[in-house]
Amino acid sequence: MELGPYLILGLLEGLVTAAVLSLMALGLSLVFGVMRVVNVAHGEFFMVGAVLAWIIANAVDSHPAVNFLAALLLAPPATALLAAIADRLVLKRVAYDPERTIVATIGLLYIIQQVTLMTYGPDARPVEAPFNHRLSIPFVEWTESGMALYWPWGLGTTSYKLAVIGAAVLLLGAIWLLMTRTRIGLVMRATQLDSEMARAFAVPVDRVYAAVFGLGAGLAALAGVLIVPIQQAHYLMGHDPLLLSFIVVIIGGLGSLPGTVVAALLIGISDGMISVFFTPTLAKIIATLGVAFVLIFRPQGLFGRKGL
Amino acid sequence: MSMFLGSNLRKSWTLHIGVIILLFALQFILPAYHHGNLARIMVLACYAMGYNILFGYTGLLSLGHALFFAAGMYGMSLTVQHLGWSAGPALLAGLAAGFAVALAIGLLALRTAGVAFMIVTLMFAQAGYLAALYFGEYTRGDEGFVIQQSFRQLAGVNLADPTNRYFAALALFAICVVVSLRVVQAGFGRVLVAIRENEERTRMLGYDIHRHKLAAVVLSGTMSAAAGAAYGLLFGYAGATFASVQYSIFPLLWVLLGGAGTILGPFVGTLFMFYLIDLSSELTTAYMLIAGFALVMLTLFAPQGLVGELRRRALRWLP
Repeated sequence: MELGPYLILGLLEGLVTAAVLSLMALGLSLVFGVMRVVNVAHGEFFMVGAVLAWIIANAVDSHPAVNFLAALLLAPPATALLAAIADRLVLKRVAYDPERTIVATIGLLYIIQQVTLMTYGPDARPVEAPFNHRLSIPFVEWTESGMALYWPWGLGTTSYKLAVIGAAVLLLGAIWLLMTRTRIGLVMRATQLDSEMARAFAVPVDRVYAAVFGLGAGLAALAGVLIVPIQQAHYLMGHDPLLLSFIVVIIGGLGSLPGTVVAALLIGISDGMISVFFTPTLAKIIATLGVAFVLIFRPQGLFGRKGL
Repeated sequence: MSMFLGSNLRKSWTLHIGVIILLFALQFILPAYHHGNLARIMVLACYAMGYNILFGYTGLLSLGHALFFAAGMYGMSLTVQHLGWSAGPALLAGLAAGFAVALAIGLLALRTAGVAFMIVTLMFAQAGYLAALYFGEYTRGDEGFVIQQSFRQLAGVNLADPTNRYFAALALFAICVVVSLRVVQAGFGRVLVAIRENEERTRMLGYDIHRHKLAAVVLSGTMSAAAGAAYGLLFGYAGATFASVQYSIFPLLWVLLGGAGTILGPFVGTLFMFYLIDLSSELTTAYMLIAGFALVMLTLFAPQGLVGELRRRALRWLP
């Protein structure tokens, strides 16, 4: 292949990464924005979503589309419930102290991960995509008779990957509407601005916190369900996405929703592009160092206005 | 008052020297398996003591100390493996690597505070871990490499021999205990505690906060690197696993369990957690589950740790 088709392939793969990443990072950002705590166990909720999708799909055991739909409808709420319980049992009791919360969520990370290892096991297992048509993409080339289309070998995507991108766009829009146009969003934003004042205005802050923590985890689980037909469910799969969503949230500015989406696109696409030209390890080194330096020299993020 | 302080000083030196003598005596009694474990625990406790200087005494929570441990380990092992250095200079290379990395990270990361400091240290350590994988040609990545027995000689002493290894580990442990005690009793350590308790007030008293914090990062990082270099040399193996996030979490766990801001806490925590994981890994492969539960329970019910609780309830004079 020439350079052009490689770039398009990188762009497409990058868009899929960006789609999944933006959902997950949005969850992390929402939790930080409203509760001012960093949830280190966020990657594990992504993993739980994927593992539950496999379990549900196997239990339903019908047409792949039915299996997947059941997983999509059941796994995220189940994960959200788990997270809300963790919030009540642990985070509420450490009074959302930022540092103790990080230590506690590191503990939760290991508990969730290791319980999955003990029950689900160490294998990576796939869930069949609801639909999976192979789509070839044409590319232009200059021939003696002028411009002509051709189909380079290896350049293509699947209908499922395009659907993932579409689903992410829809969900992001829905979250945006939820936050800006509904009463629930209003209560969340009020709690974010001043939890004391919100409490004085009869906002049930404890319940808002549990709901936000659940919503954040639910978004991560949703990302996990969407990715599981592309990438298999495995008990350690939460690690890399956690790191990437940290990167996205920090570059986008913690708590800033549009910033998160822009940063997810930036990171997802550059991840896809860099992986075409460099090894993934080098790409990750550059990205992690990038985050560290953004935090040191521009703590409010590249797009955000609020600092840590 | 000064007599009172003096008696506390004497008590604490007596206690800590007593612990070292006890560990010395245990060497002759312990069965081979526990003998080997205790040597390992003492070296890892040095890592935890290094971590404790920053976390326990200065109040800075780092999530990237594996970077310093690995800097010491690779500084030592790579010079042995690829440059053919002998153990003495290689150990110094490990210390120097740890010192340099700690100084660089300190200068950069101390521009941030609180949660940002935690994430920045986490990211630097992750970059270090990935770099160890990336340069797999030299480090052999996760698989790691064995340091040949013939290289593990220090001043004619064969460190691969279990008895010598135990004494070497004890010597390092004793050095770290004495250094920590001296630091805590000196004015420098008191300023660190003051920074932990109230940074603004300490600044108003005229202390240079940044310089003290930087010195704490460098001391803490160098002590962790010493532990890393010694671990590689004594147990003859270096691998990228020691640079992974898990090895940044371990010292936090040990220190929290034993008691942050106590001299013996890191050792007690390491000992306790080592045997907890040792026993539970006989039952299940998911032994990190124990670590996870321990972290959650500690943050909920005993934020002061074992030695910290002991100090709070009975022995107020414990340093």
